[in-house]
Amino acid sequence: MSAAPESKIREFILSNYLFTNDASALKNEDSFLKRGIIDSTGILEVIQFLDDEFGVKVADEEMSPENLDSVNNLVAFIKRKQA
Amino acid sequence: MCGIAGILNTSPGAPPARGSLMRMIEAVQHRGPDGFGFYHDNDVGLAHARLSIIDIDGGTQPIHNEDKTVWVVFNGEIFNYLELRAELERLGHRFYTHSDTEVIVHAYEQYGDKFVDALNGQFAIALWDTRRQRLLLTRDRTGIRPLFYTVVGNRLLFASEIKSLFAEPAVPRRLNLAGLGQIFTYWSALPPTTVFEGVQALAPGHRLVLEAGRMQLSKYWDWQFPSVLPDDHRHEQDIAEELKALLIDAVRLQLRADVPVGAYLSGGLDSSIITTLIKHYTDTPLRTFSVTFEDDEFDESNHQQQLVHHLGTTHTSLRCKRADIGAAFARTIWHAETPILRTAPTPLMLLADSVRAAGYKVVLTGEGADEVFGGYDIFKEAKIRRFWARAPQSKMRPAILARLYPYLKNSPAAGRAFTEKFFSEGLEHKDQPFFAHIPRWTTTQRTWQFLSPEVQQALADFDPYRTIQQWLPPEVAGFIPLGRDQYVEAHTLMSGYLLSSQGDRMAMASSIEGRFPFLDHRLIEFANRLPPYLKLRGLTEKYILKKSVQGLLPDSIRRRTKQPYRSPDSQSFFSAGQPAEYVAELLDPVRVRDAGYFNPSAVTKLFEKCRNGRAIGFADNMAFVGVLSTMLVDAMFIRGSMTAADVSTGNSFNEVAASAATVSTGVVK
Repeated sequence: MSAAPESKIREFILSNYLFTNDASALKNEDSFLKRGIIDSTGILEVIQFLDDEFGVKVADEEMSPENLDSVNNLVAFIKRKQA
Repeated sequence: MCGIAGILNTSPGAPPARGSLMRMIEAVQHRGPDGFGFYHDNDVGLAHARLSIIDIDGGTQPIHNEDKTVWVVFNGEIFNYLELRAELERLGHRFYTHSDTEVIVHAYEQYGDKFVDALNGQFAIALWDTRRQRLLLTRDRTGIRPLFYTVVGNRLLFASEIKSLFAEPAVPRRLNLAGLGQIFTYWSALPPTTVFEGVQALAPGHRLVLEAGRMQLSKYWDWQFPSVLPDDHRHEQDIAEELKALLIDAVRLQLRADVPVGAYLSGGLDSSIITTLIKHYTDTPLRTFSVTFEDDEFDESNHQQQLVHHLGTTHTSLRCKRADIGAAFARTIWHAETPILRTAPTPLMLLADSVRAAGYKVVLTGEGADEVFGGYDIFKEAKIRRFWARAPQSKMRPAILARLYPYLKNSPAAGRAFTEKFFSEGLEHKDQPFFAHIPRWTTTQRTWQFLSPEVQQALADFDPYRTIQQWLPPEVAGFIPLGRDQYVEAHTLMSGYLLSSQGDRMAMASSIEGRFPFLDHRLIEFANRLPPYLKLRGLTEKYILKKSVQGLLPDSIRRRTKQPYRSPDSQSFFSAGQPAEYVAELLDPVRVRDAGYFNPSAVTKLFEKCRNGRAIGFADNMAFVGVLSTMLVDAMFIRGSMTAADVSTGNSFNEVAASAATVSTGVVK
């Protein structure tokens, strides 16, 4: 179960924000904000993705970099929500 | 309103050929369908395509002075021509027409190159002085009317639109990557740069003189702002009254025409002010036009209808569906002659079609009020960001950002932490004149990830901050902060995009002349001297303008927070997941690879994202529209594989969307 979200998330970020198949373009610890991968409206797409793909609903107060700002953070957030 | 074109020998050579002039002017016949006129001698040829508005019978151009030593072709209007004429007649000049054009030659005789200072209008002028063998090209103060030029061998060619220059086979057709990089950052190329190599744009407020083989470019007017907070002791009410009087006079002047004049009604404050002033202070019958959208996010029809009822105008509204935009977008690019990042010009082009169909040639609009009176959110953002930059660690200060953008479905303020990060971009540049624009340019530059490695390589040295810094006049850095923001806005987005791609070109596609009372230079000069708190008070925009029309407009319109004019972007090109035919063709990976500007696999991924309706952010939509419009520019102007005929008939474009947008007209009493 733990590997699946990670690869789905990686694929989503690579193809939707970096528009590439090159896996080396994204490290799991890369900050989306610091690297300019996702802008402030782009984060809404991530939230929709979490809902569509994992059935994870993100509350307003959960829209924080700690939860959403890297592949690692997203994986951990999903795990917490699904626990 | 018209089109102009011409050729000058910069060193002795064969006289400009009549055939060349004819081809050049025919290329802009849409600007002036009412007839052609020519002048030529050994070293110069001038051509004119006329849209008759003032002195229908006598105003044929070129126009000359008493002894035919000065000749002019001109696109635009001189609104104060009656006053100028009276003055010039008093000084002994004799006129042979009743046109506004003729004041130009006499004013030139009287005042020399300073004649431009006497003009209140929107213009692109080419004036030939036979005695001095001297060509003078000049453009209005804010860039309402276009003028381009290029030098090929010993000839200088100039014209209202670039397609006239390309009508001469000797003019090379190459995309200028530096221009593309600028558009994909600032939304428009910085004049004289254009997206075509070797083609120069004459900057607003400038004149270019060619004499004895020398070329001299000079600026005659610019936006000026105070360097310290102005000390204005007048009562606010008095300032508002003075502003109102100026506004009424600007509208009165701009209603001068020998044909009926209409007005655009967006539902917002600015166009409401213009239509209300026409109604209350002139005898002109009020005829209004507006665009409506099927998407609630963009539609303002409620507000439009409210004003239509309030004023009792005869009103036409054009309902613009997504598919209408997709179908007409190629024609938009044919007229705009540049890559663009939004589809917003297209509905205005379709609206101009319906104005034409209603028998009108001239419309007044509210364009310019936001730049002159501080109406844009970018000014509010900058105010908050400057406040924040003084205490960058503050948690409270950026919270004010949440008050911006209530009208956006997908607001950038949605995720607080992400919003803060976005707007904190470049806080260290708080003293730079372009500080306000950093977030917009950062978002826009997300389009760069689609550029091909070769183009990225060619643009490796492009630094958006250094480029604009070198381009801006040094005094801008000394203006008060809001003045800096307004200056940069007026010289990038307004003149380079709003007045051209979305303004002149879209209206002229249907031979419609737009007029912009808020850009009367007297109003700009008046507003620029005001203290900033009379424009942006707290986070209330256009404060003094709203005050000046108190009692004239319904309060619901007067107090309404600005909603910027936008239209659906990438959604316009797909219907139930199916792309418009020409879009599929142009964005085919092989086609994209052959053109060389973009990375085909990245474009394919973007295409799929848009096709699936998942592109909701600004960045993806700008990228999609930017890539598509660049591919259209390449097909139409570089390769010539797509022609004007394809565009005007809709050939090779999707059949589904070919039906015209819906027009409805009603008289409200």
